[in-house]
Amino acid sequence: MTTTATAAQDAGAGDEGPGGEGGTPRRGPDRGPGRAGRVRGRLHRWDVRYSPYAFVAPFFLFFAAFGLFPLLYTGWASLHRVELAAPDDMRWVGLRNYTRLLDDDFFWNALGNTFTIGVLSTVPQLLMALGLAHLLHYRLRAANFWRVALLTPYATSVAAATLVFVLLYGRDYGMVNWALGAVGIDPVDWQSGTWTSRFAVSSIVIWRWTGYNALIYLAAMRAVPDDRYEAAALDGASRWQQFRHVTVPALRPTILFTIVVSTIGATQLFGEPLLFGGAGGQKGGASHQFQTLGLYLYEQGWFFFHLGRACAVAWTMFLILLLIAAVNATVARRLRASH
Amino acid sequence: MTTTTTTDQPAPAPVPAGRPGHGPGAGTRRAGRQLHGGPVAYAVLAIFTVGSLFPLVWTAVAASRNSSRLARTPPPLWFGSNLARNLETAWTDANMGLALFNTVLVAGSVALGTVLFCTVAGFAFAKLRFRFKSVLLMLTIGTMMIPPQLGVVPLFMVVAELEWTDRLQSVVLPTLVSAFGVFFMRQYLVEALPTELIEAARVDGASSWRVVWHVVFPVARPAMAVLGMLSFVQAWNDFFWPIIALTQENPTVQVALTGLGRGYVPDQAVIMAGALLGTLPLLLAFTLFGRQIVGGIMQGAVKG
Repeated sequence: MTTTATAAQDAGAGDEGPGGEGGTPRRGPDRGPGRAGRVRGRLHRWDVRYSPYAFVAPFFLFFAAFGLFPLLYTGWASLHRVELAAPDDMRWVGLRNYTRLLDDDFFWNALGNTFTIGVLSTVPQLLMALGLAHLLHYRLRAANFWRVALLTPYATSVAAATLVFVLLYGRDYGMVNWALGAVGIDPVDWQSGTWTSRFAVSSIVIWRWTGYNALIYLAAMRAVPDDRYEAAALDGASRWQQFRHVTVPALRPTILFTIVVSTIGATQLFGEPLLFGGAGGQKGGASHQFQTLGLYLYEQGWFFFHLGRACAVAWTMFLILLLIAAVNATVARRLRASH
Repeated sequence: MTTTTTTDQPAPAPVPAGRPGHGPGAGTRRAGRQLHGGPVAYAVLAIFTVGSLFPLVWTAVAASRNSSRLARTPPPLWFGSNLARNLETAWTDANMGLALFNTVLVAGSVALGTVLFCTVAGFAFAKLRFRFKSVLLMLTIGTMMIPPQLGVVPLFMVVAELEWTDRLQSVVLPTLVSAFGVFFMRQYLVEALPTELIEAARVDGASSWRVVWHVVFPVARPAMAVLGMLSFVQAWNDFFWPIIALTQENPTVQVALTGLGRGYVPDQAVIMAGALLGTLPLLLAFTLFGRQIVGGIMQGAVKG
């Protein structure tokens, strides 16, 4: 551990130009006065001035290499014809990948599905999380047990969770249909139905993330100052009114934060629909009824071998996210102004 | 959901004891906290807890049966006797041994790298003075908005070019730092690390590196543990990139599970055994460190 740390830090320091040498720390203490002392003083100044850059350098180096560069290169590649078999062979096609995308019914289908499944999963998830957080905020016996239990799905991988839900949602022998049958409802073909499959995929997302969001809300609720509740109680506010007029407004920034995070997650939805579809899952069901943008990207790149088009899908997703972020910022500003 | 809570009327809360130093109004604590949860609150929590845990328990039930029993109604609700055999089949068929070894290696390196890099960067942002600090910090937070999925195609091209396909470094390197981690450590260190402590060490002639090693790391240890656990869980469950960068020859657990689940004649009981194998280590960690993980998420939430 020590060696990794120091090696990495030295590497970081080396990249910082003139300060690099000065950052070298493991020099025995110089006891001699005079020249040695001056050297030491200079080393110390360099150390103070340049080591902060060395400390933040690893993050930015890795981010540049594996975050920023791929993002920009994706934009560049999306203007080319690139095939999976020969990724080096790029031919300029301008915006053709994008125009083809806009002409492709399956793209619009995937966009619509992403939006639908995103709403179906995010809205109930966050509402339930808010309610659960409110309950967890009471003084409870075994408070930690409830929190850990509700968070457990977070520790379950997309793959494991989806494979279990595939069985639970099975048409013929699934437990959900069995339970529905017990109350007299006909079995539902969860996988082939248009809305039923979207609902099923959403339920996996809801299952994995509700507890996590509940804890985030709970943390924010605990930060609400007592005196606001006292004032509300003095004014005769009922507990429901306190929840609506004290808790929810105080949680607004947190709620907006979770909406942004869930939206980013929903835009990238991939594992759940892929595995819910079984073999040939990249199609998102026999009639593409639950193919998301993530699956569409994967299908374009790794099943049709059109990496250039996959890049165009990726950049389109990025633009959508920027749009959402802009809308979100506007809404946040309005809310703040009206509050 | 929320309406149910209003209908329950718990007994008036007793005057809270303890927690001194609550200012002039110390008699009345935070209204929401003060109230005891009534039976309705417990009932609703119990329902959600069952909903959270049932799919996991049932994974174990299904893994202990054989596939023909799973293809019958009613579905089995209790354990059978096939667990050992299914685990063994999953172990050999899906290369689970190698997959688990790989996943431990990947998640371990990612957690270690994230903790080290994010702690030093967080320390610099929290306590050191340097030019462009606020710009760089804004940049760091801004990167959280960029979904990692967007770079898969070029990342794949790079990996293919370097002939790293099927090598674990192709999964480890891109996730070795996290903007969230930097921000998380910064927020923790701003409060937890007294600036005088650093100054005292400096006066004693300690270099920045010694300060990091002897002052920052010891102080930051609780937050480092939390960040390490969160990154470990995330790396363990990562799916999109590994499935592109790796194959069934040298899989992580998630890739191996995908292979099991996408067979044309899948053996459901064996798939569930595989899912169990891939989830059990994290569930174990959750039963051991659940409180700390919960605390860490809540801490990150308030400050993030």
